[in-house]
This record gives sequence, C-alpha cells and structure tokens, in this order.
Amino acid sequence: MTVFVIRRLMQAVLVVILMSVIVFFGVNVVGNPVDMLVSPDADQAEIQATIERLGLDRPILEQYWLFVKGALQGDLGNSFIFGEPALKLILQYMPATLELAFTSLILAIVFGIPLGLFAGLYPDQPVSKAIMAGSILGFSLPTFWVGLMMIILFAVELGWLPSTGRGDTAMFLGFETSLLTLDGLSHLLLPALNLALLNISLVIRLTRAGVREAMGQDYVKFARAKGLSTRRIIFVHVMKNIMIPVVTVLGLEFGSLIAFSVVTETIFAWPGMGKLLIDSILQLDRPVVVAYLMIIVLFFVIINLIVDILYSVLDPRVRLQDQGQ
Amino acid sequence: MKKTTTMLAAAAGVLALSVSVASAEKLVIGLASEPTSLDPHFHNLGPNNAMSLHIFDRLINQDEKQRLMPGLAVSWEPIDDLTWEFKLREGVTFHDGSAFNADDVVCTVERAPDVPNSPASFGTYLKGKTAVKIDDYTVHFVTEEPYPLMGNDLSTVPIISDETGCSASTEDFNAGTAAIGTGPFMFESYTPGDSIVMSRNDGYWGDAPAWSEVEFRPLTSGPSRVAALLAGDVDMIAGVPTTDITTLEGNDEIQLSQGVSNRVIYLHMDQFRENSPFVTAKDGSEITNPLMDVRVRQAISMAINRDAIVERVMEGVAISAGQLLPEGFFGVSENLEPVAYDPEGAKALLAEAGYPDGFAMTIHGPNDRYINDAKIAEAIAQMLTRIGIETAVETMPRSVYFGRASRGSPDGLPEFSFILVGWGAGSGEASSPLKSLIHTHNADAGFGASNRGRHSDPEIDAVIEEALRTVDDAKRQDLLAKATEMAIENVAIIPTHFQVNTWAAKTGLRYIARTDEYTLAIGVVKD
Amino acid sequence: MTDATTEYPAPGVAAKVETPFQRFTAEFLESRVATAALMLLLLIIVLAVLAPWITPQDPYDLAQVDVLDGRLPPGSEAFAGYTMWLGSDGAGRDLFSAILYGLRISLSVGVASGVIALTIGMAVGLLAAYTGGRTEAVIMRVVDLQLSFPAALVALMLVAILGKGIENIILALVVAQWAYYARTVRGTALVERRKEYVEAAACLGLSSPRIIFRHILPNCLAPLIVVGTVQTASAISLEATLSFLGVGLPQTEPSLGVLIANGFEYMLSGRYWISVFPGLALLLTVVSINLVGDQLRDVLNPRLKK
Repeated sequence: MTVFVIRRLMQAVLVVILMSVIVFFGVNVVGNPVDMLVSPDADQAEIQATIERLGLDRPILEQYWLFVKGALQGDLGNSFIFGEPALKLILQYMPATLELAFTSLILAIVFGIPLGLFAGLYPDQPVSKAIMAGSILGFSLPTFWVGLMMIILFAVELGWLPSTGRGDTAMFLGFETSLLTLDGLSHLLLPALNLALLNISLVIRLTRAGVREAMGQDYVKFARAKGLSTRRIIFVHVMKNIMIPVVTVLGLEFGSLIAFSVVTETIFAWPGMGKLLIDSILQLDRPVVVAYLMIIVLFFVIINLIVDILYSVLDPRVRLQDQGQ
Repeated sequence: MKKTTTMLAAAAGVLALSVSVASAEKLVIGLASEPTSLDPHFHNLGPNNAMSLHIFDRLINQDEKQRLMPGLAVSWEPIDDLTWEFKLREGVTFHDGSAFNADDVVCTVERAPDVPNSPASFGTYLKGKTAVKIDDYTVHFVTEEPYPLMGNDLSTVPIISDETGCSASTEDFNAGTAAIGTGPFMFESYTPGDSIVMSRNDGYWGDAPAWSEVEFRPLTSGPSRVAALLAGDVDMIAGVPTTDITTLEGNDEIQLSQGVSNRVIYLHMDQFRENSPFVTAKDGSEITNPLMDVRVRQAISMAINRDAIVERVMEGVAISAGQLLPEGFFGVSENLEPVAYDPEGAKALLAEAGYPDGFAMTIHGPNDRYINDAKIAEAIAQMLTRIGIETAVETMPRSVYFGRASRGSPDGLPEFSFILVGWGAGSGEASSPLKSLIHTHNADAGFGASNRGRHSDPEIDAVIEEALRTVDDAKRQDLLAKATEMAIENVAIIPTHFQVNTWAAKTGLRYIARTDEYTLAIGVVKD
Repeated sequence: MTDATTEYPAPGVAAKVETPFQRFTAEFLESRVATAALMLLLLIIVLAVLAPWITPQDPYDLAQVDVLDGRLPPGSEAFAGYTMWLGSDGAGRDLFSAILYGLRISLSVGVASGVIALTIGMAVGLLAAYTGGRTEAVIMRVVDLQLSFPAALVALMLVAILGKGIENIILALVVAQWAYYARTVRGTALVERRKEYVEAAACLGLSSPRIIFRHILPNCLAPLIVVGTVQTASAISLEATLSFLGVGLPQTEPSLGVLIANGFEYMLSGRYWISVFPGLALLLTVVSINLVGDQLRDVLNPRLKK
C-alpha cells in the first residue's frame, strides 16, 4: 500500500512536469496578450514598453526557464491583468469553487442514489419511468440554458432565491464560506443544483444499471434463497456492486466539476476560480491560466489516487498494485 | 402660537428624519465588466478608470458629455508655448484627513506612468510632460513642443496622496490601505469577482453624493445581469443588452437611461498589399487587391444599409455614422452625413472599377467586444453579398482577434483584409481617432498605431499634425473637421454606426448617461 | 428477413427459431417507448438529411438571409414570400430551415466525435486493463493528464491554432472525451479480467485478442453504452456550450448549439422562439438517442437476460 502510494506520487510529479510543458507552450501559441491589455490610445512605443515590462520580448524557452525557476520556489508568476501573484489569486478564488463543487457532489449523491435505486428495483413502476425521463432531461439541455431558466423561475418569477452572487459569508478555519450563513446558503442553492444536474442524472443511471445487473446475479439469487432480508441484500450486496462505477464517475466528476464550473459561475456571477479561468483565457492572462491548470492537474492526480484506494476497499478483487503479469 | 411652533418643529423633525433616511440609502449596481484593480494607475482601462473616479479625483473632470470641468484644479491655461499653469483647489482633504496640495500632483505624475507590472500605463497621457511645483497650490506642466491637449490628457489621471499612495504597491491599493483619495466615496471592501463596497465621503468638496453606501457587483453575463435587476437583487445595471431593451421598456418597475457614446464602429480595408490574403476572385484565384481602388471602397460603403443595422441588429439603439465621432464632440465636421444606402449605385461603381461580377472576401470581427459585434459583421456580409461581393464571416474572441488584426501575418503586419472594429475617443475629441486610425502608420512618431488598413495620405497626415500643434481651439476644431472630411472622402475608413449605451434602474432612479460609457454612482439620481 | 419467411412455412411461429439479429430486433421492439424513440430518431435523421430539399431557405447562403427578416415571430411572412412557421432568428434566418440544417451539423459532430472517442477510448482502456503493468500505468497517467484539461481550454487553443470549423470542434470533443471511455472500459475490464471465466479461457489457450473481443468486451458494453449515450448527448451540449463561450462553430453556419447560444440572449426578451425551438429540437434529439441507448443496453446486456 505505502509503496503503491509513493509510486503513484512519483508518477504524479512526472505528470505535473509534463503538464507544465504542454500548458505553458500551448497557452503561448494563443493570441498576443499585449493587444488585449494596452489602452487603445497607446502608441507603438508604449506597446513596446508593455511587451518588455511583461517579459514577452524574451524567447519562449527563456520564459519557460524563468517560469520553472519561479515555480520551484512556489512562485507561478504574476498575473498580467491583476498584477498580483497568480497563485495567490487562485487561492483567493478557490474556496468559492470548492464549496460549489462539493455541494453539487453531495446533491448528486443525495438525489442520485436513492432515485436510481428505486428505478432499478422497480423498473416497471410509473415513478421509475418518470425518474428515468427526468434524468434524461438532466443532461439533454445545456447547463447555461438551464441555469438561466432557473434564475428566471426561482429568482425573477417566484422570488424565492437570490439570482446571482455569493451572499454573506462567514469565516471558518481561515476560509470564507457561504455554508454557514442562511443568506449564503440561499445564494449557493441554485448554482450548486445547476452544476449538479448532469451528475444527478449520471448517478441515477449508473445506480439503476448497477442494481438491475446485480439483482440478476447468482450471489444475489443465492442470498435470497438463503433467506436474507431484501433490505440486507440491497444495502450490503447490491450497493457494493453499484458503488464501483458510481465512485469512479464521481471521482472523475469532482475534478471536472471544479474545472467545468466555468459556465455555472459565469451565469450566476459566482466568484470562483472557474470564472477566473474563463476571464483569464478570454483576456490571455497566461500566468493565471498556467497556474490554474497546474493546480487542477495536482488536484486530479490526488483525486484519482483516492478513487483507486476506494476501489480496493469496495472491491477486494482489484488489487492496489502496478505489477505486470 | 406655541402649538404652531411645536408643529413646525415636529414637521421639520419629520422632514429632517426623512432626509436622513433617504440619504442613508444603499445603492447596488451590477456592472458589465469588472475592474482589474483598485490601484488607479495600474491598468488604464475603462472599468478601472470608472471605478477609480469614485475614490480619486482628477485635476480636471469630464462631465457626462466629456466636456472638461474643474476638478482638483480650479483653472488651467497655457502661459507660454511650452507651459501650462494649473491653479489647485484649496481646502480639499484626502479621506485620511491629510491636505491636498501640489506635492500630491507632482508625485502622481511621477508614479502614474511607471507602476510595476502595469499592463497598460498612463504613460500615454503623461509622456513628454514635467510637473513643476511653483507653490502649494500652483503647478506648471512643461512640454517640449506646443501641446494643446493638456487639459484632455490630465482629465484622465487620478490624483493620489503623496503620503499614503505614491510609495504604495498595487496590492496596498487592492487591500484598501492605500486606496485613499479625495473623491466622493471611500473604500470599504473589495472582494474580486464578487463586490466592491464604498461609503460616502461626507467631507467631499463637490456635490455630496446621494448614497451613503454603494456596492458594485460584476455581473458579466448579460441575461444574468438583467435577471438580477428584475429579481430586485441590484438597483441598477450597466450594459443592458439590446435584445432586452424592448421588454424592459414595457416594464413599469424599470426605467431606462440611454446615451450615445464616443465609440464608433467602423470597417478598415487592406490598402497596403498588392494581393490581400482574404480577397480573391469568386473562383478562389488570386486577384489584385480591389480594396486599393477608392471606387470599390465607395461601393462597399454605399452597399451598407446603416439604417437596417441600427433598426434590426441594434434594435434601434445606435446612430448611423458618417464620421468618427457623433455630433456635439469637439472636432467633428458639420458637413458629413452617413453615406446613403444605394445598392444599385454600388454595383455600378464596382462595374466601373472593373469588377462587374464582384469578387470574394472575408470579413473578420470580434464576437465579444462591441455590442452585437458578430451580428453586425454578419449583416454587413449579407449586404455585400447582395451587390456581388461574396463575403464570408469569421468572428472570434477578442483575445485571438486583436492580436491577429494588429500583427498576425508572418511579417508582423495586420493579418486580415476587411475588418470590423470599434474606437472610443477617450479624450472626447476628434484627434484621438484621427491620430490612431487615419494617420499613416509610423511607429517612431507614434502615429497610426491602430491603422490596420494602413491607408496613407500625406496630405491628411499634414492636417492632423498641424491640428495637434495648434493651441487655438477654434482653429484646431476646423483642422480636425477638415482632416475627417478628407479621410471620409478617400474612404480611408467606413464608419457604420455610433454605439448607444443603455442603463436600467428600478423606477425612481435614473442614470445620467455618459458618452465615455462609465457607470458612476454619482450619476445615479432619484426622480 | 425475407430469408426467414421463405425458410419457414409459418412466419408467425418463426420467433421460436430465430437468428440473433431477429431476436435482438424483437427484444428491442418490446418496449413501446424505445420503439417510439427509435422512430423519432429516424425521422429526425431523415429530416436532417433531406434538409436542402425541404426547407424554404438555405440558411448558409448569405444572399438568401436578410437581416430585415430578423426576429419575426412564428408564422410571419419572409421578404422572399414564404412563411416562417417557427419565426426567424436575429440574423433573419428562417428557424425551421436553420434548425434542420443545424441538426445536420450537430448530429454529425456528436456522432463523429462520439464514435472516434469511443474507438480510441475503448482500445486504450482495454489495452490498459489487459496488459497491466507499466503500459497500464503510463496509459492511465495519460488519461489523468487528459482529464485535467478543461474542454473549453482545449477548444480555445485548437481554435486559435487551427481556426474555427467543424473538424476542429470534432477534434476538440474527441480530445475532451476519449479519456472518459478509456477510464470506464478499464474500470470494468479490470474486474472482468480477474473473473474465473476469463482465467478459464486463458487456460484453454485462447488467444488474447479472442479473449478481449469475445469475452471481456461484451461485458464492458453495458457501462460503455451508458457512458456512450451520455457522452454523445453531452457532446452535442458541449458544442452548444463552446458556442456560448464564443469558441464554437462559425455563426453563419449555425449548428443547433449555436442557434441555442444565440437565442440565449433573447430569453428574457419575450422572443421565446429564437431559443426555445432549437432547444426543443436538441431535447428531442438527445432524448431519443438516450432512450434508444437505454433499450440497447438492456437488450445487449447478457446478464439482464430473463
């Protein structure tokens, strides 16, 4: 186990290094940030001065070398747009996004598993059919469209929830969080649900598929024959079977929830790092884009590690090893 | 008698109470674009400049029509060819109580062009100018050549305090410790991406603002911004999308304010390449660049139905353009009208120029920069296709677009052949577009920096340069108008329309629309 | 089918002795919902294919599109004389024509990217699960690497380098999606590979490709179809989202996604038809794909056999 974790961490370092190369050079192909930054009134001399001030006149290899040198000391460069360290900016925006993604994940599990379980156990019930139809709607419509619909319905028409923003926050363990104030929670609900919709559908479908499959399998038939209660069969034997795909997918999805919260955060004006990313991309704030992606990669590697460990706990047939045959 | 007095006193009390209740109101404004910093000199960019106007004053302020008004300077005038004398306002204090004087001006002029990491500095406005303190309330600005635009330039530079501001870093301003100015509002809090909160400066030297507290919230998605206003989460929004204007007009709870801006939307045409990369014959074969021919450029201008763009694409919220700035601005010509829509005449001109069957080209434009930019490009392509110029449309995010439009070709020249762009005259007068868009591209002299079509006419250049040396306002006005007329006659550029900006507020509030597109809390008045 | 009827004297009882395909068809058609969905999907495909012959306007020919026809409500008459039954969008495109043309693009983008991503993902996932060891470690690291790239960034970068266009969007979608398939296949295959029947097959001396394709792959199909339908649907949605972010397909040749993204700004304006009709078309398409996929999964999955 320890060896496994250490090996995986070493691989992670390799991935991060590789990623830095791809991202750094990839981002540097797109556009020219100077034209985005300078005032339209600026003349050619002023444009040249800006290019030099931002270090963009240096050859790209030298720029990369400077980036690596800085990164080793924990400095991922200064944002072109904000003039502050990119890392600091991202950490500043991160809690809002984590909070949003985490809440979405919980919503996905809380809604997805029971509904999927029901639909799987009673596939012929009208309710199950309604659940499955709903789940199809959940990922058929683009997030941005559903998001605005939710705002129109719940904020503009009904006036139940605030339309945009993060609301009041409270300090918890040094982080600002919306989870501890009523106002914050009311602001969080709509965007979290919007972000969770796709995952709720996904979990419903995976759970249902898993349940239906498991119910037909020998060990379940055997357990039934042995006279085990339905509840025990479902919660011990069936659940175990469906947890593997659900954990895999949610593990993957948590990372992408963070990465893809771009759209939800734009619609709901949620001050998270997804919005920071899309703004940075649109304004070619290269240091922020690079720093963001480095952090996301790190995040992903860690999440995958956790998923793999959970795998082995849930299904002893999968061994935690990188061995050959 | 006594009773009457008591009643009067009571009435006065009620009145006083209602006044104080009214003035203790909080205003929440939804912004279309977020400032990148609270350091007023860090990024010379519209949203930043608008935000810094709340906390910091300029020596000279621009009113809602960008006319120059006394700010921290009560007067400014040239005392000889190379020197302007500014008399400063006395008795003004910064938010921390320290007094404003000439030292603050001198240190501001030193800091503003040279903020570390600044992506767009104020050097553009301060280049070649030296501030000399004469006494506590007199400053001389000395230049190397006669310079008529001193007032316009200095109306853009926010004045900071020599005690708290000049040695501070950008981070100090963002944290609030250095965000101390003389302006109508004082810094309260700044949460990037979420909100900027300010409170009223009760000791403000000018008209006291009506709001005790103002919160700005960046709501960059148009429909979400409108929804936030309809849901009552904000009191006013900037940048109302044209698509929503009709509905909001019909809503009793919403009041709109509109005003023409200083921004012209125009087309630039490749006039420097024998073979332009995105212009071909209809069968795709290479042809000599037809855009070099003034008749072809005229034909294109005549083929554009400006009224249709205004009415259909902009939903009536724009003004057809025949020159570089709308009427009322300094330096505009009184003789120019928008070119009339005449597709038959356009076809005839094309035939006369040797293209009876037209040709093919691509129009390039941004899709996230100007109001309805991509739709305008598409409408223009439709119109040109009808007169025989088969026009394809390619729009892209501004991050990709501007770099390619300015220097995207392999030799560092503008990449495209036919482009849609906009220009806002920050100085509020006609020399700004003439200098950058019309004058021959000349990197050493700083002319034609955004002349992406590279139209070049020494005669126009001479008039523009003369105007920029002429201190006499009436003469300069005539020269600028003359240069504009010459440029339009040559079809150096094809203006299509002037942008009109729209703000929407809850009924009972009204925004005094500004030509510079700024959204200012002091401009929000109660009806 | 004709063979079956000639071979057996009583076609009505032929169901007892049937080819696998007939059994499959019969099982598929058992569900009325799935049958209806299949019909709908076929209808949508036919309409999309026949679009140039049945629409009153070619929305991609700028000479036929007039901005003066813009934003007309459903049932209005266009300048050229025909009736716009679904109204027109901001640029003056007849929405009925635009939706059918848009369907062509959206379907080809969704299907092409889905098929390519699935093929690549499946091959890579199986390879990883079956070989194990260093190959697996390397492959899965690449998958991780891939999954950590937000699709928006991949697309933006590709668009900047290659320019807008259908091929580039498909490429971006494939790059954004193949890893999902790879991960799913590998997860399931990992479990399958260690089951007794595979070990038994290996003992019998069956070749690796045979074991993979005859034994492991069929067992991966159920989760693959689930992920595949979700991904094809989301490919179409993602394309819309890319358009919303301004890096999707060219707006003069709108896909369904571009139409919806363009209609997005009209949602509060009362001109519901500009985004609702394309949205509805997208919804019907995606839902029918999903329903068909669901039924396919139930029919194909050997373990759900009664």
